[in-house]
Amino acid sequence: MSMKHQTPLLDELEKGTFPSFVKEIKRAAEHSDYAQDLLGLLELSYKEKVTHWKHGGIVGVRGYGAGVIGRYSDVPDQFPGVAHFHTVRVNQPSGFFYTTKALREICDIWDKYGSGLTNMHGSTGDIILLGTKTENLEPAFAELSSRGWDLGGSGSAVRTPSCCVGAARCEWANIDTMSITHEITQHYQDEMHRPAFPYKFKFKVAGCAVDCIASIARADMSIIGTWRGDIQIDQGEVKNYAQGGMDIQKEIVEMCPTECISWDGSELKINNEDCNRCMHCIAKMTKALRPGPEKGATILLGSKAPIVTGALMSWVIVPFMKMEPPYDELFDLVDRIWEWWDEHGKNRERVGELIERLSFTRFLKDVGLDPQPAMVKEPRRDPFFFWSEEDVEK
Amino acid sequence: MSELPQRQTDIGPPHYEQFLPPVIKKNYGKWKYHEQLGPGHMVHVSESGDKLWTVRVASPRLLSTDTIKDICDIADAHCDGYLRFTTRHNVEFMVDDESKVEPLMKELKDKGFMIGGIGPRISNVVHTQGWVHCHSAATDASGLVKVLMDDLGEYFTTKSLPNRVRLAVACCVNMCGAVHCSDIALVGVHKTPPRIEHDKVKNLCEIPSTIASCPTSAISPDPQNKSVKIKIEKCMYCGNCYSVCPAMPIADPKNDGIAIVIGGKVSNLRSNPKFSKLAVPWLPNTPPRWTETVAAVRKILETYEAGAKKHERLGEWVERIGWEKFFKVTGLEFTLQHVDDFTFARETWRMAATFKW
Repeated sequence: MSMKHQTPLLDELEKGTFPSFVKEIKRAAEHSDYAQDLLGLLELSYKEKVTHWKHGGIVGVRGYGAGVIGRYSDVPDQFPGVAHFHTVRVNQPSGFFYTTKALREICDIWDKYGSGLTNMHGSTGDIILLGTKTENLEPAFAELSSRGWDLGGSGSAVRTPSCCVGAARCEWANIDTMSITHEITQHYQDEMHRPAFPYKFKFKVAGCAVDCIASIARADMSIIGTWRGDIQIDQGEVKNYAQGGMDIQKEIVEMCPTECISWDGSELKINNEDCNRCMHCIAKMTKALRPGPEKGATILLGSKAPIVTGALMSWVIVPFMKMEPPYDELFDLVDRIWEWWDEHGKNRERVGELIERLSFTRFLKDVGLDPQPAMVKEPRRDPFFFWSEEDVEK
Repeated sequence: MSELPQRQTDIGPPHYEQFLPPVIKKNYGKWKYHEQLGPGHMVHVSESGDKLWTVRVASPRLLSTDTIKDICDIADAHCDGYLRFTTRHNVEFMVDDESKVEPLMKELKDKGFMIGGIGPRISNVVHTQGWVHCHSAATDASGLVKVLMDDLGEYFTTKSLPNRVRLAVACCVNMCGAVHCSDIALVGVHKTPPRIEHDKVKNLCEIPSTIASCPTSAISPDPQNKSVKIKIEKCMYCGNCYSVCPAMPIADPKNDGIAIVIGGKVSNLRSNPKFSKLAVPWLPNTPPRWTETVAAVRKILETYEAGAKKHERLGEWVERIGWEKFFKVTGLEFTLQHVDDFTFARETWRMAATFKW
């Protein structure tokens, strides 16, 4: 099929060494009217330097209030192929592993019912099927779900949980991130597909403090694998690193944030009591050092991007939790947090913002978590604190 | 239309186990260590002695089904029909025998795939939808990623840096990409307040939630017009009101632009995770190749490359030398916009007499 629209500006983005998204849209345009008109519409945005999409409307599949992002063009007469261009969020499998058979199946469905364009993957982690008409949503969903695929979250709901590769291919995984993510997703299907919260709630699960899934920055609940006990040292491998050219004094000892490592040229010593488990030494000497024996997770809460009152990173609410199936302790905690958020949260208020507004102390009290030094960077600087009735003499 | 199959609901995603290559299933949770063999390939070694080689290639994230099928062909030919994607949109091909690595890499190269992104270099760019699919995009995202990576491609495929550098692009301050904690990130910003379409507000918007959406309380009711009004001097152009009220468009092609924020990280290695901070408040929005923005990113990256110690992330380097010195060595201008006056501002002011001349 020849291209329906001239796209001199977009054509500039076919040049260069990095794979080109314009080439991708053009490839789809060989057999897709959506992609043809997407090129035209996008060229217009490049020319006018303004978006040509309107706010999402309420579209979806029967029985769900989430999983589809409605999208309409503001120039439908000029580009009828993208007058409707709704996105379908398909819940990815934990760890983003696929068989080619499964991927081809999704591609065939999307060639039949949609634009032939995808994002692998969206920012939250879903497989994004980019652009279709309202009347195609039900058939596409029937085809997908009958083959074992379901939709992800959107709106004021649990958003599709995601995780790092974890135990599938990483020696630093202190927790089984893929299993935890799968179980959270299955446990909260209703909360994911039928938005009933004040606002969105994201889970991300990282196997260690390297945090390859950016959970501390991008999830309302960040579950980060960690350990208790001594880092295991293979002194022979330490020597191999030294012989291989690593300057252990400079690159390991002097870069340890807690100054708990020493190296005399033949033996590496770690004062584990002072270690804060940052992962630097383990990540740099992965053959020689391994996390300690008792595995679990630190649970942190609250992170989000700047809208509305400024960006937040998650902070510690449970320093150490064992993470073994069926993860009842985690689910119990989540249910308590949601109940509190439901009770007090304003419309479009993330849980982190609510804690800021009502105070962390109130959160701890209401949710039933005991205060611990690990939860704060430092104690308060001011002399203004609450006592309760039972703390004062009558 | 042919008969549709029976739909199912609330089944959740398929279980990941069925998608794991046999060598991973066998060695799940038993990996002992890994080694980087080059900019785009590595080997993981299990307690059992089994090994897994991974080859990583770049992807524009926006993929046609045709390209996904091409990728599947390669995985069928070399990897027994298994593959995965990374959290930064790269594609990973995995094989269980060293002899399979070279033919796989050769085919990937022959087909024009960009191999790289592992270790102390630039990996793929986390980014948002931009003009391809978003109503609040102040700029495009895929286009910015493309021109950035065209320029910095050698840091993906070959050249190494003091440590990894995570790039991100968000097309507006909603930041659906991980911009607020990245080494170098671009964010589409507005410079002018929203325009109120009074005749539409009453039909399209809920007035209390529109007022509540404003972080600086610049919006108040305008009962006469059954609408709202804005105290212009309080507006910081975040666009959150437009998110809840379509009758308050904020896009302004002449004034929308790109801000560059730097020095964030999410890992806990050495130093705590950090937010990105403002390096450049505004550059013109100049599609299709955004030359000013690309040049500014390169300047920051090269200054970091020249000045940082081995293993130092960009934010760690800046904190060691001091922000005052960062502006000196990069030659970037320090402006009124760099001084925080938003919600957590006080934490960012210098409460000490120590700084560098």
